[in-house]
Amino acid sequence: MTTARPGSILGTRVLRLEDPEFLTRGATYTEDLVDERLAGALRLTVVRAPIAHARITGIDTSAASAAPGCVAVFTADDLTELPSQPLAVPDYPADMAQPLLAGEIVRYVGEPVAAVLTDDRYRGEDVAELVEVDYEPLPVVIDPVEAASDTTLLFPGAGTNTCFAKAADHSDEPFERCEVVVEAEIVNQRVAVAPLEVRAAAAVWGADERLTIWVPNQGAQGTKSALVKMLGLDRDRVRVITPAVGGAFGAKFGADPEHALTGWLARRLGRPVTWVETRSENMVGMTHGRGQRQYVKLGGSRDGRVSAYRLHVLQEAGAYPRMGALLPSLTALMAPGVYDIETLQTSYQSVVTNTTPTGAYRGAGRPEATAAIERAMDLFAAEVGLDPAEVRRRNLLPPFTEPVRSKGGALYDSGDYQSALDRVLAAADYPALRAEQQRRRQNGAVKQLGIGLSVYVEITGGGSESGPPSENATVEVHPDGSATILTGTSPHGQGHVTVWAMLASEQLGIPMERITVRWGDTDLVPRGGGTGGSRSLQQGGAAVRQAAIELVELAKQRAAEALEANPDDLELDLANAGVAVRGVPGSGLSFAQLAEQEPLKIHTVFSAAGATYPFGAHVAVTEVDTETGQAELLRLIAVDDAGTVINPLLAEGQRHGGLAQGAAQALLEEVGYDPDGNPITTTFATYPVLSATEVPSFELVASETPTSYNPLGAKGIGEAGTIGSTPAVQNSVVDALAHLGVRHIDMPTTAMRVWHAIRAAAGPASSDGEGHSH
Amino acid sequence: MQVEMTVNGRHRSDDVEPRMLLAHYLRDVCGLKATNIGCDTTSCGACTVHLDGESVKSCTVLAVQCEGNAVRTLEGLAEGDELHPVQAAFRREHALQCGFCTPGMVMAVAALLERNRQPSEEEIRQGLEGNICRCTGYHNIIRATQAAAEASA
Amino acid sequence: MIPAAFDYVRAGSIAEAVELLAEHGDEAKLIAGGHSLLPMMKLRLAFPSVLIDVGRVAEASYIRVEDEIVAIGALTRHAVVAASPELAANAPLLARAAGLVGDPQVRNRGTIGGSLAHADPAADLPAAVLASDAVLVAAGPAGRREIPAGEFFTGYYETALSPQEVLLEVRVPMTGPSGWHYEKFTRRANDWAIVAVAVVAGRVALANMGSTPLRATAVEAALRGGADVAEAARAAAEGTEPIGDLNADPEFRRHLARVLTRRSLQAAAG
Repeated sequence: MTTARPGSILGTRVLRLEDPEFLTRGATYTEDLVDERLAGALRLTVVRAPIAHARITGIDTSAASAAPGCVAVFTADDLTELPSQPLAVPDYPADMAQPLLAGEIVRYVGEPVAAVLTDDRYRGEDVAELVEVDYEPLPVVIDPVEAASDTTLLFPGAGTNTCFAKAADHSDEPFERCEVVVEAEIVNQRVAVAPLEVRAAAAVWGADERLTIWVPNQGAQGTKSALVKMLGLDRDRVRVITPAVGGAFGAKFGADPEHALTGWLARRLGRPVTWVETRSENMVGMTHGRGQRQYVKLGGSRDGRVSAYRLHVLQEAGAYPRMGALLPSLTALMAPGVYDIETLQTSYQSVVTNTTPTGAYRGAGRPEATAAIERAMDLFAAEVGLDPAEVRRRNLLPPFTEPVRSKGGALYDSGDYQSALDRVLAAADYPALRAEQQRRRQNGAVKQLGIGLSVYVEITGGGSESGPPSENATVEVHPDGSATILTGTSPHGQGHVTVWAMLASEQLGIPMERITVRWGDTDLVPRGGGTGGSRSLQQGGAAVRQAAIELVELAKQRAAEALEANPDDLELDLANAGVAVRGVPGSGLSFAQLAEQEPLKIHTVFSAAGATYPFGAHVAVTEVDTETGQAELLRLIAVDDAGTVINPLLAEGQRHGGLAQGAAQALLEEVGYDPDGNPITTTFATYPVLSATEVPSFELVASETPTSYNPLGAKGIGEAGTIGSTPAVQNSVVDALAHLGVRHIDMPTTAMRVWHAIRAAAGPASSDGEGHSH
Repeated sequence: MQVEMTVNGRHRSDDVEPRMLLAHYLRDVCGLKATNIGCDTTSCGACTVHLDGESVKSCTVLAVQCEGNAVRTLEGLAEGDELHPVQAAFRREHALQCGFCTPGMVMAVAALLERNRQPSEEEIRQGLEGNICRCTGYHNIIRATQAAAEASA
Repeated sequence: MIPAAFDYVRAGSIAEAVELLAEHGDEAKLIAGGHSLLPMMKLRLAFPSVLIDVGRVAEASYIRVEDEIVAIGALTRHAVVAASPELAANAPLLARAAGLVGDPQVRNRGTIGGSLAHADPAADLPAAVLASDAVLVAAGPAGRREIPAGEFFTGYYETALSPQEVLLEVRVPMTGPSGWHYEKFTRRANDWAIVAVAVVAGRVALANMGSTPLRATAVEAALRGGADVAEAARAAAEGTEPIGDLNADPEFRRHLARVLTRRSLQAAAG
């Protein structure tokens, strides 16, 4: 691991280069595109199924087609020359691929059924309303337990609703040896990803017989690979361009049916086509996050030592399995978390239901793992009568700098969980909090205090099927002294333009303002892993650094020839952004000069040793009104250790965002369906997206335990905050009511849930919940 | 029908459908793309602009309702090359990540500070209850608002 | 997200609005701030074919102290009502409720008349005017009509206004700076109330406990009969028919009504 030199820009709070444009004119998102290639574009409006499970017995497009402004209407029958649609993951049952437009069967409210093309955006909804679809209802299955029974099949041809599973054949013996065993069924509820920018696409089929398509995504290369398969086109016929992206959080990987539809329509109609969904469509059309039932069993001895942990996950896949169905494998991998547990038993089953498909959402399978083990640890602590911090302390893996294989099968690279816990407790002044809690309990205060903990480890920067984790970068210095970086990452708020420029500037001496970073155009950057899984700095940033270092070597070679010197006598001359003969001032040549005759450019691939494992510990302090059930998050104190921090300003921003989304899941957000499969949280009015009044300012504790897996020493920070905060906040609400006998409250810990929990714990001969006993 | 208003200081007269939302008028007729639309239930505030000096959600105002009014968008906030204190503070405090909520957020903060020059943290959070951000967790937006208040004091 | 097409006309006065309503009949809706109507039109839950814009009728935007009454023009924006020194001194419950409607941007556009005519039982101002025993003044083809708040809200999104009438004014009895409270229980600050309680001068009104705002008459009777606040508040849910939704089942709503009524009465007593 490299230590930054004195005076280095690395590790300092550099303001973002992106911001001046963002703050004065706004970035150019897909809906903002003004491009001559899109002149005269038709507008796509999608007609969606209003019913959760039905056979389509007829579609009448005549009224729509005849309506003013309508250019064309398409249904599944019209989508000719399309391959059968690929599965999101090859392991899934073959029948379960989602078509671009529903064929005979619709399987979730919101499934695309027809495509309406109008000249004018406003006419789109008018015409879409006129498409008449006849549905013959089929039995609906919403509950994953019911789906697992295979009583009602979504895909009769598959013969099962299970799309991905690891079977359980667990022995009870490790638990029989335990003095204390706790068991629980925990809901890790379905949430909406809800980035502020909804999904969109703009496509044109060029005279060169190529599809150019603009899509807000998390990796143009992945989006291209998906579209190529969905549309049956050769790779060289598709160009994906990524405009500015207004947030993604895991739900903008690859391509959705509507993206492919936009591309197909552009070719069929010979005119550019644009599509921007509404928020209501987004709430049912974009993949949802989480959606697990967790069956946990934790056993140990009275002294607080845990020896056995069983986790079975029942995952909601939604109607057509996407990434969500795969995530339990990550949950199982990270199940034991930071703890040294002798026996680990994991299993999982992902089932299809008549609901929106589930996908990745900030943390993607790992928040679920941490939430389960942290809830289980608190249940165990309550059962053995020990302080939750103490129970954790007694079970943490000891500090390590050499890789350690977890019981889940993950190779943790470095970690000091004990220190993380100690530091967060110190920052929170844990004893004072417990004292305050005790005081309120003794006084019988209406507003009780809850203190919730989590200690977590998570996996970032894991590789894909095609090899070890890696990323490519190109760095070029131009004759005018400026530089261009091409990266395979795909920023959507993370600030890569700034950090990649920092990394290159550090190596080359070129001022940041003269460095341009480009990404997201598959013609320009054909290969790349995109941005997700908190991979970008540790792989993409490392690649930029490596490319810059290699460029310096190339520059030395070139300068040696020009100066007729020995390359070994040349050294980097940062002050002049070039190379010079050692000990001979003024002897050098700048990179700019060295670029005059031929390009001075390096393309490199950085391969990481493996995935890295950031870790941390959170304390949440919550006040619960025991009469109304209202929980207010007062403080959230966080240690998030992701190794070396290159730009603390940006790293803190990532932590803040993660903490907020994690708290949102614990306290507030939940996607709801009625028993008929009708979604009931389909707008920002009914789905309570976290606003500024539900969270406090956060208290961040700095911590950097470097990894040896890349020269930056960096792990991934993007998702860590979310992973730790959800269980800490949930635990704090339960903790506030522990003295009343409450052991568990499922998320979100709404006032109604809290109130019912208090009453249930009090038993039948209870007070009326208003401070009056009978 | 014809509607006349001033947008970022420039007089405009345009023929629009009565149902055209002010947000779309600004974006598609005036070509001012900074103002974004993030929802369809007047919830998220990404579309916030100033109408006769007051913050409003332009997705829930019809262009035709603005006859004779003055509209200001993010593009009209800075005075030439001089950033508005709120814009400058947002940059300094890293109060934006993906930037999608930012135009509406900046306009909401600017309006908030005009009504209340030294707001407390609670007043800021309450004052921004109509603006959703998914990226920042609001922490730095609060700091930027405080910093802008400080800078203007 | 896009309303169905409609024709649009501007009224220069309330009288003109009344004429336009008569002219266009059932197909027309009034629009003032538009923050109750436009959200419904954008989701195509409402699709009037004519909008009559009364938003610029300056004559209907005022706050005037009269004898024992504060008169609020129907087209006064929530932000203005919330900030009014006349209301703060004389009928602060109205100002407080207006200050909690939606969020600042919504309050800059929405009007008290628009909110009351919309008659959402979960909204703040209907409960506040009901507790205040306000009188609503309507203008119609037959002239002015005074409607007590207790008779104004007739059902879910329904009022006693005839389709040809325009709300003109809200007349709020002066109750002085104390003896009132508004308690709004929400999930997030800018949400509609899960339950809200408005208290002033011994009167209690509930939001979101039925298809209209409701007076908690049993509570009021108990108070008049000498019961203490805690005891009286136990009757808060009597006569209510709360719905169940994702935020609260009926049992929880009834419980909240009792708790919030007790707290409001305690706060009002100072």
